[in-house]
Amino acid sequence: MVQAFTISIFTENSIGLLHRITSIFTKRHLSIESLNTSESETENVFRFTIVVFTEEEFVQKIVNQIEKQVEVIQAVYHLDEETVFQEIALYKVSTEKASEDNLVEKLIRDNHARILSMEQEFMIIEKTGHKEETQELLEFLRPYGLIEFVRSGRVSVIRPKTELHKEL
Amino acid sequence: MPVYDALYDFQEELQHILTRHEQGAIHAAQGYARATGKVGVVLATSGPGATNLITGIADAMIDSTPLVCITGQVGSSLLGSDAFQETDIVSISMPVTKWNCQVTKAEDIPSALAKAFYIAKSGRPGPVLVDITKDAQFEAFDFEYRKCVEIRSYKPAPVLDLLQVKKAAALINEAQRPMILFGQGIILGKAEEEFRQFIEKTGIPSAWTLLGLSALPTDHPLNVGMLGMHGNYGPNKLTNECDVLIAIGMRFDDRVTGNLDHYAKQAKVIHLDIDPSEVNKNVKVDVPVLGDCKETLSALTKCVRLKSHRTWLEEFRAFDAIEQDKVIAGELNPTEGPLKMGEVINQINAFTKGDTILVTDVGQHQMVACRYTRFNQTKSNITSGGLGTMGFCLPAALGAKLGAPDREVIAVIGDGGFQMTIQELGTIFQTQAAVKIVILNNNFLGMVRQWQQLFFDKRYSSTELVNPDFVKIAEGYGIKGKSIEDREVLNESIKEMLAYDGSFLLEVKVGIEDNVFPMVPSGASVSDIRLS
Repeated sequence: MVQAFTISIFTENSIGLLHRITSIFTKRHLSIESLNTSESETENVFRFTIVVFTEEEFVQKIVNQIEKQVEVIQAVYHLDEETVFQEIALYKVSTEKASEDNLVEKLIRDNHARILSMEQEFMIIEKTGHKEETQELLEFLRPYGLIEFVRSGRVSVIRPKTELHKEL
Repeated sequence: MPVYDALYDFQEELQHILTRHEQGAIHAAQGYARATGKVGVVLATSGPGATNLITGIADAMIDSTPLVCITGQVGSSLLGSDAFQETDIVSISMPVTKWNCQVTKAEDIPSALAKAFYIAKSGRPGPVLVDITKDAQFEAFDFEYRKCVEIRSYKPAPVLDLLQVKKAAALINEAQRPMILFGQGIILGKAEEEFRQFIEKTGIPSAWTLLGLSALPTDHPLNVGMLGMHGNYGPNKLTNECDVLIAIGMRFDDRVTGNLDHYAKQAKVIHLDIDPSEVNKNVKVDVPVLGDCKETLSALTKCVRLKSHRTWLEEFRAFDAIEQDKVIAGELNPTEGPLKMGEVINQINAFTKGDTILVTDVGQHQMVACRYTRFNQTKSNITSGGLGTMGFCLPAALGAKLGAPDREVIAVIGDGGFQMTIQELGTIFQTQAAVKIVILNNNFLGMVRQWQQLFFDKRYSSTELVNPDFVKIAEGYGIKGKSIEDREVLNESIKEMLAYDGSFLLEVKVGIEDNVFPMVPSGASVSDIRLS
């Protein structure tokens, strides 16, 4: 069954490791849905969060091949229900069009979005949430002179209170 | 330039072999590594020098050969500027190296090289690449070398899990028709003796993968031959009849398994491997036993009961008799028609008595040579397995001879692959390495032609070769050469070649439409192996 998997990879901070990891997906002709890298809670340990749509057997093999890379400390995968995850989206819309009626204000309120910046010509709205939620707001805003849209990769933490890279 | 200038001062301490092409250099390093069990080292310049290494790096990666490749790079201030002979070799080599890095400061060179050697040879071995910028090569610094013994993110071998060993032992103790598949892991893990003790205690028939060949002597009573596409009849047929399949240091390559949907479905599978990512990769495993097989095998031997499987072993021998009759007899002892590849190998065996290092290329000659060469000792079969790199043999044979100068090294090559790295005759000439070269010449890319004959209505599309005079070419390089096509002179010619003090090229003209059998057709089950 094809479903979303969040792969969390804990690594050393070394140049080119991103390429080494993504080439494992390329090798198996699997598209990466979203990718995020950041520092983890441990100093000098970096964390990759990669979302893919595939079958569990397949993701298991990929994770095994990622984990064997010399500079990878640990790689694991989880289903959506095993994690808490968010994405952030930014929307730039025309101030003039957005002010035409009160709908935009209502949308922002109802969607728990917020205005980050308000200029004479444009305003920037931020929303965090799951992809469907940020996508929904995107569709709402389209008629209001949407100038720019960007969505981040997924960030995710697992639900049980265990440290993922416990061997460090 | 700076590295080579420095090497000038160390000609006594460090033997440098100047090959004619970087691909030759890396295959020679592979041959050296495979013959000695040590790390092979290759140096190449930036740009094309570095990219010419890639085929060999990919070959070493898939065949787990420990190599340290050192490439030159443009100065660090020029990186990314498309400077002369700049190429992003770190990115290019990333998917085919176990690890790689770029060094831009001289003070980082010792630690990078220490790490490189440690990673290349530990755990599941593989090729690593260290790219050193020109400015780093010129800089002076206070030299200090510290051996690398640990990297926090890298676990070379999983810790032995005794519970898994016990589970495996329980299955083995209950098995009525167990079968072992062994691969290069035995050789890489230096576990030949542990393996022999294990099979002798359990009495289990054992079949080898192409790279596992020579880990167990050919005439060992439990050696039941080769697995896979051109392997022996018995082990292929009986893979689908065993009740417990014990895979040791092998990775269920598709050339071994044939169609996975019809592969050993009836058997419980035990898999001993050092690389956790190999477990369940191709074949679903019931009991994985992770770890260095030297350790896992000796632990397993302690837990298994002394047994013999005489009746079961006889089933293998019954298939052997059929194969002997239908395939082998005609291949090894033909009395008419053109010379056959098998009879050449058979005649070589008569002189070498299993003590030679056999180096092969890829194709029909490789399958025939690996099927019929006899081996008494380990690390004696050097071939390009996973990648199937034509052109591997000649330089690899040179590397093997340099690594094991006291052993006879025989390169058996097809006429196609020989011409892919033919320039390394120059290196053989220059080094005076006494490599014996046997070209099995059928004027075709024979294995492709065989497929065209069997599966494409004999439409021999672009497989016929018009070849040069190989003997003259050899003579041009100062290598003694001889060409034969008559059965009457085969024996004496091989004798002459082996007795000759120095390198010798023997071209043997063989039947152009001879095929390698048995054969598991592509996409078929191993038990559908054909004898003709």
